[in-house]
Amino acid sequence: MISFLEFEKPIAALEARIAELRTTASDSDLDIAGEISRLEKKSAGMLAATYAKLTPWQKTQVARHPQRPHFVDYLRMGFTDFIPLGGDRLYGEDAAIIGGFARLNGRRVMVMGHEKGHDTATRIKHNFGMAKPEGYRKAIRLMEMAGKFGLPVVTLVDTAGAFPGVEAEERGQAEAIARSIEACLAVPVPIVSAIVGEGGSGGAVALAAADRVLMLEHSIYSVISPEGASSILWRTPDKAPDAAEAMKVTAQDLLSLNVIERVVPEPAGGAHRDAPAAAQALFGAIEQELDALSALPAGDLLARREERFLAIGRA
Amino acid sequence: MSWLSKVRNSLGGLTKRDTPDNLWTKCPGCGEMLFTREFEDNLSVCPRCQFHGRIGAQARFDQLLDAGYAVLPAARVPENPLNFRDSKKYSDRLKIARAANPFPDALTNALGTVEGRKVVLGVQDFAFMGGSMGMAVGEAFVEAVERAIAEDCGYVICTAAGGARMQEGILSLMQMPKATVAIRRLARAGLPYIVVLTDPTTGGVTASYAMLGDVQIAEPGALIGFAGQRVIQDTIREKLPDGFQRAEYLHAHGMVDMVVHRKDLKGTLASLLEYLERKEVA
Ligand SMILES: [Zn+2]
Repeated sequence: MISFLEFEKPIAALEARIAELRTTASDSDLDIAGEISRLEKKSAGMLAATYAKLTPWQKTQVARHPQRPHFVDYLRMGFTDFIPLGGDRLYGEDAAIIGGFARLNGRRVMVMGHEKGHDTATRIKHNFGMAKPEGYRKAIRLMEMAGKFGLPVVTLVDTAGAFPGVEAEERGQAEAIARSIEACLAVPVPIVSAIVGEGGSGGAVALAAADRVLMLEHSIYSVISPEGASSILWRTPDKAPDAAEAMKVTAQDLLSLNVIERVVPEPAGGAHRDAPAAAQALFGAIEQELDALSALPAGDLLARREERFLAIGRA
Repeated sequence: MSWLSKVRNSLGGLTKRDTPDNLWTKCPGCGEMLFTREFEDNLSVCPRCQFHGRIGAQARFDQLLDAGYAVLPAARVPENPLNFRDSKKYSDRLKIARAANPFPDALTNALGTVEGRKVVLGVQDFAFMGGSMGMAVGEAFVEAVERAIAEDCGYVICTAAGGARMQEGILSLMQMPKATVAIRRLARAGLPYIVVLTDPTTGGVTASYAMLGDVQIAEPGALIGFAGQRVIQDTIREKLPDGFQRAEYLHAHGMVDMVVHRKDLKGTLASLLEYLERKEVA
């Protein structure tokens, strides 16, 4: 059962009407069957039309949808033979970032990403996808190992941001993020990142200083949450929709700003309505990028990666 | 601040101290009224409680570099790339900040010497839009490092920032990896990178170039952290520890090498630069 977002209310009403008709209709009632099929067509049309012109704030809601596929879903749908690797060897294991060896259509890779969790228990276990220093330091460790053994790195980004807490600060949250960015830039193998939900600030770029950065069609990537920008710049929490608009947080915006290389289309009505189709499109795109990158010599790869970031903001 | 005093301040410290409204400075540390001239002559450190006041690029250059340094040209970057506006247009905010400050953005670099040792020194000025890191700061950082490599010397940066410049959206976030690329290039050239964390250094600046120094120095009492204290308080809903995110707290937790009083900063940098000087292979 899909839970509808606020802006999907007309579609929800239509779907409710269809469900109602289904329960009242007997199999032989051809009039009602015809009505159902008419309404289904209308509903699908409304869904497609709505999703074709989502506002940045609506996309923010879709990107955060509780039923949106998360890292563990993509792992299950896109990879085989996953061997999880745990711990930063310094302090602890942080389940907000999951990583390990896996095969992507047979290709050996190091995969890692933020996991938000899907119910109360798993959300608490994964700390809502908000990593602490040990999470980033685990990511660094895995990237270094990937470099050592020649495994391409695939990262899936989905976080509201790095965890803001006393113990995270105490253990060097800022340093861990800075080193994680550095590790991305240094890894001597192809690294492809995909923003699959929320790309929240430093906690996101820590895993996304990559050769190629992809975004799912309705994901967002931002320097600060629209709510945060609203309260700081507009001095009210109510201007988040304006902040989302002004900051240009959508995949389409970032493509036009040359900050990402590619927007991966989502199924009609968003990834949460057809997770397998979303995964298929995502992994097809990641594989294409890995193919293109693996043709480059390692020296070129690192030099191009550096130029990619140096060029941002140059007149 | 009136329009007139803004313009007066933009002229730098020369006229400022002669105007009656700037004759006295209240120490934010102990509340003592200090004679502004004496406060500034004491490196903007309170003689009573040792509170380290925030200072701009010019004062910092004068304090740390030997006479005869050259301020490097400002970085040229696209202006207001997102055509951003909140309650004000970003381009208007920039105009206001430029009218009130001596340099055109938050990071200014100079080439000079510290007790005779050549260095590029960068100073981030909190007075310019909270020191925030946008494309101009990122590009200034990269150009400073390129100059240091060309001059075969190290880069020292005094950081101060509330974080990234939100008005540049994702482009400000991208300055984190961009500056990190420059740091890697400096390292490959075998040249030192020294960070002096000054009050306050937070957000994306801390989570990138401010934490990647070969040597990390902090000024006494400086607020240094990733997340803002209000955000943390909203998350944990309890009182923050004493001295949380202050320089001394970071030192106790192993995040900086040393906390150095401003009067000792120049000498410390000179000694460090001597140790980090690249030696010819024997
Ligand atoms: Zn005082």
